[in-house]
Amino acid sequence: MTTATLQPPAAAPAHPSGPLSNVRWLLSDTVTLTRRNLLAVTRIPEALFFSTVQPIMFVLLFRYVFGGAIHTDATTYVNYLMPGIFVQTVAFGAVSTSIGLAEDLQKGLIERFRALPMSRGAVLLGRTTADLIRNIFVIVVMTVVGLLVGFRPTTGALSYIGAVLLILFFAYALSWGFAIVGLTAPNSETAQVMSFPLIFPLTFISAAFVPLSSMPSWLQGFATYQPFSVTVSACRSLMVGAASTGTGKSTSFWVWQSLAWTVGLLIVFIPLAIRKYRTRT
Amino acid sequence: MTLAIEVHDLKKTFKGKREVRALDGVGFGVEEGTVFGLLGPNGSGKTTAVRVLTTILQADSGTAKVLGYDVQKKAALVRTLIGLAGQYAAVDENLTGRENLQMVGNLNHLPRDVVAKRAVELLAQFNLTDAGDRPLKTYSGGMRRRLDLAAALVARPTVLFLDEPTTGLDPQSRNDLWEVIERLVGGGTTVLLTTQYLEEADRLASQLAVIDHGRVIAEGTPESMKADLGATVLEVSLPSIDDAARTGAILDTLGPHTALVNGTLVEVTVDDGPQAAMTALRALDAEGIAPQTFNLREPSLDDVFLSLTGHRTEEEQADDDVTPKQRRRRRRAKELEQAMPVATGELA
Repeated sequence: MTTATLQPPAAAPAHPSGPLSNVRWLLSDTVTLTRRNLLAVTRIPEALFFSTVQPIMFVLLFRYVFGGAIHTDATTYVNYLMPGIFVQTVAFGAVSTSIGLAEDLQKGLIERFRALPMSRGAVLLGRTTADLIRNIFVIVVMTVVGLLVGFRPTTGALSYIGAVLLILFFAYALSWGFAIVGLTAPNSETAQVMSFPLIFPLTFISAAFVPLSSMPSWLQGFATYQPFSVTVSACRSLMVGAASTGTGKSTSFWVWQSLAWTVGLLIVFIPLAIRKYRTRT
Repeated sequence: MTLAIEVHDLKKTFKGKREVRALDGVGFGVEEGTVFGLLGPNGSGKTTAVRVLTTILQADSGTAKVLGYDVQKKAALVRTLIGLAGQYAAVDENLTGRENLQMVGNLNHLPRDVVAKRAVELLAQFNLTDAGDRPLKTYSGGMRRRLDLAAALVARPTVLFLDEPTTGLDPQSRNDLWEVIERLVGGGTTVLLTTQYLEEADRLASQLAVIDHGRVIAEGTPESMKADLGATVLEVSLPSIDDAARTGAILDTLGPHTALVNGTLVEVTVDDGPQAAMTALRALDAEGIAPQTFNLREPSLDDVFLSLTGHRTEEEQADDDVTPKQRRRRRRAKELEQAMPVATGELA
């Protein structure tokens, strides 16, 4: 500790004076925290590696172990499977939003943020934005994996990109939902344990892995129209054609269903997450 | 005299399964450019007071002002004037030291070039230049605390809050950190320091408030508090309870307060340690009492509490059902754990 004399305090920044500078601060703080969250991802490459290993194992498991026993009419099973895998992967990934926030709370970082003259909304926005960017990476990886095991999209690049955007939008809404879980959990381990019972029924009682017609009729209603399923059906329609869903519904039907669910979830989750963030002591 | 921090009748109750009244009418004032020590055991309300003052938490009632601004009504403004270093070293594990400082600088909305320059300055100032580009995972506990303190200083705060800055540190790191804090104060920063250690408060603070159950139970300079208490504690253990009782009677006359007999252990606070020790040894020898151990040590927060409230800090009270020997052993273990550089002069 060599020269520790402090100059008189000077550089205290001006407080934002209008709504315009408030927005500017929100954006700049969100960028700062998004960068910080993404840096953390690159600093633990093992975590990123293993979080892609798990979905790859699901691909191999369903493609080569269960797939042979699952009958799909309009398309090959691998074409049926991959859209489901994409949505499942980002849904499981959304759990990391809850773990990340719970960890920041636990370690006292959010305490520090609260005492800084920064924008209040930036902590949640920075976290969800970072998870959105990570999902782009994950979908690119999973697309390559899919192509390697025989996945052949049939509808062209534009349609495929549309499907990817739909998945990302849905995953973003889920991130806000899991932000609430992260802000409620006492620690990051509990956040993880709390998240999986929420995500499991949604991913497996769905159109993701097996045709809906193979389920008992009392289950089909939920399995068809729950938000996760309609997003899978929308992506499947956009990637390999509406007939592949085996539901007789059109592509636009599923796309609107998915968009409506996603917007609805955002309208519910965002205010709840913000309130939880404000009141968490 | 200008007050940098003014607190009046602050109250805060945490609702939950068990209601906890964390602050029960706390009030104090901190003069500009001084270090104020808030001294109290775990759960006394120190951290809650700091969280209210740093705008993290809203009090139920009462007022708190920093540099004349109400922390509730002018929270956004107050945040631009303060720095906070907490007891849990709130720094990001996955970033490097430099990235941590830059993140805090950016969140303070300092210009980009100022942020970069401040990070270099602070890393040098806290002896972290070599470690600056290493991730925090490789830092020792002391280095983390130093970085945490550096992060609190990025925006050159006028008022600095240090919540138990050295809890859990080894003696060497603790001393290093004390030196840094002393230099800061030389620069004119107002500091509110919370601590469980009398020694720390004594070394750093010019004014003290002792807090217990969310209330200030004593205020004054460290000198006046020590004068009330006695500067040194003489601690003698005896082979039998009977001997302890007789020893207690002898030691009663040595200090401003009567001796405390606790099983086979006798403690008394005295002003002049060596002198009192000689007197005590002569008197014990004359009575034919042979002590098992004979120690001089600095008074602890516990001793302050005992003299102020007649009871020890909560943790010790909860142990009422254990024998004095067990209690002593536990306290020793705790002291060792906290690695306090206690001046223990074994008199042979």
